[in-house]
Amino acid sequence: MRKLSTKRRHPIAGLLVLAMGLVLTGALYSVIAPEPATAESASASEIEAGRELFLVGCASCHGINAQGIETKVEHDGKPGNYGPSLIGVGAAAVGFQMETGRMPMAKTAPQAPVKPANYSQKEIDQIAAYIASLAPGPARPSEEYLDWESVDKEGVAKGGEFFRTNCTACHNSTGQGGALPEGRYAPSLVGVEPIHIYEAMLTGPQQMPVFSEAVLTPEDKLQVIAYIKRVQEQPTHGGTGGGGYGPVVDGMFVWIIGIGGLCGFAVWIGMHGTRVKKQ
Amino acid sequence: MTDELDIKSHEPIPDPGLPEHQFRPQDIDPAQEKRTERHIAFMFVAAMVLFVGFCVAYFAIPIDAVIFKTANTVGWNAQNFTFGMTLGGGLLLIGVAIIQWAKKLMGDHEMIELRHPTGSSKDDIADVLDDINAGIDESGITRRPLILGSLLGAMAFLGLPAIVLLRDMGPLPHGHTNTVWKKGMRVVNDVSGKPMKPSDLEVGQLVNAQPAAFFETDEHGEPLIHGHDLHAAKAKAAAIVVRMRPEDITPSEGRENWGIDGILCYSKICTHVGCPISLWEQQTHHVLCPCHQSTFDLADNGKVIFGPAGRPLPQLPLGVDDEGYIIAMSDFPEIVTPSYPELARDQKKLDKKFGGSN
Repeated sequence: MRKLSTKRRHPIAGLLVLAMGLVLTGALYSVIAPEPATAESASASEIEAGRELFLVGCASCHGINAQGIETKVEHDGKPGNYGPSLIGVGAAAVGFQMETGRMPMAKTAPQAPVKPANYSQKEIDQIAAYIASLAPGPARPSEEYLDWESVDKEGVAKGGEFFRTNCTACHNSTGQGGALPEGRYAPSLVGVEPIHIYEAMLTGPQQMPVFSEAVLTPEDKLQVIAYIKRVQEQPTHGGTGGGGYGPVVDGMFVWIIGIGGLCGFAVWIGMHGTRVKKQ
Repeated sequence: MTDELDIKSHEPIPDPGLPEHQFRPQDIDPAQEKRTERHIAFMFVAAMVLFVGFCVAYFAIPIDAVIFKTANTVGWNAQNFTFGMTLGGGLLLIGVAIIQWAKKLMGDHEMIELRHPTGSSKDDIADVLDDINAGIDESGITRRPLILGSLLGAMAFLGLPAIVLLRDMGPLPHGHTNTVWKKGMRVVNDVSGKPMKPSDLEVGQLVNAQPAAFFETDEHGEPLIHGHDLHAAKAKAAAIVVRMRPEDITPSEGRENWGIDGILCYSKICTHVGCPISLWEQQTHHVLCPCHQSTFDLADNGKVIFGPAGRPLPQLPLGVDDEGYIIAMSDFPEIVTPSYPELARDQKKLDKKFGGSN
């Protein structure tokens, strides 16, 4: 103790005490503070936790009350925005945007790309609870309508009809994705979680249109998901699907690589051959 | 004039002649020759084995067997792969063996083929001209203008059947200015045939819609319109229904009441060459044709803002029936069709019809 007391006027002693105090407070808080509710319905504490996360990570673009922030620069006669209003977008939009890593956006760009999620599942649920508490909006889909493996062959065929009618224009007939104007694109649907496919149809993220429950029913949406998943299970007999463009890719491969390779082979044959001086 | 060159006697580069003949190992060493012969024969025999292997694989490998399957890939079809390796490999071996044969064993001596003029000799030309003139003289075609004229006429009239056949290859657009849409027909979701109320649609919604007539059935549950008729009617009547914020829409004069609170309906058939379009960007309100990138602004009466299309997308006036479902208030007032030369004339006729009914 004597040693400790002699060091108490050391320049870093104050900092050390402060750090110890902080650690102790944090440890005490984690023990004493109540666990957030885990029930299905969002509790007030969960909404409050979501609001605090929102203020730190989202409010700079979406506004401190999630009302969106408009810019003064006009685009087509209308003001643009840093971030759109999130009032009424519902938990489904938050789940889709944050679990796929689209939000928070790393930088302004024509489109938010998919990247690893920045927030934990618990944090995303809290933010979703906060956004859902602002105004009625689409909730996250129930498990019942995500179980695509339960859809029979007839349902998959029907889902294919829905897909080719509503989705193929942008996402390609097997969901490989495609280009849109001005640097935007329809992303590939290969390997996308069923819940995110469902939520994308429900909320219409970015340029994608909305397919509301009243028009494309949950049963219809499940069939669409089943089609997307089943069509990706089809074996690619040539070893590669070639982007799902059909015979165009096959033809290009044969003409450029196949016939081009044969021409190169012929030239190589013509240039080689052993010769010797006659003894 | 001593500085003039005597070109004839002074070739700038002397003719080098052929290089000295280089022999192949097979030409000078009989053992090597035998070995090459065996190589080639081996390749032919290997090709035989591969062809037999093809037949074995055809019957032995199940049609849905998959190989090289990993966690991330669906793998290759085993039968396809084996067919390629055996049949393709056998054909490749035959080709390689023939090349080896030609290059290593067949005759190996340089040959010189001299160029010679390609034109016929003067005598041949004179003979041919004599023959032609004799033919003209004997036929008397220059002395019998009646025959010459009627022959040319017959050849010209031979074109008429061709024109008639080509003209009949598809329907002419005239008289096809209407679709199955009519006043009071419900606008339903394609595939499911579900009718819609305005409250079912959200801002940003896209519905690929069809007239309810395509989903009507008779007392036995059989569709009233089916088969070829259905496809022909669908190709003209297909529509897209979108919902935008009402304040974003700038309806042109006379179209103010064609929508329901921001819900508008347009033809799905591009006005350029008739591709079906539904690539709709909900934030820009643009719909893009995948064929030639024609872009239409649905918030601005379907105006063409990019691409080769020459006319705006035809718009379908919407209303609501007694039960609250969305209905069409008339057929398309503009012709739903790819562009064709007499379109303006046909549109005038259609305008008169609509002018009369309004």
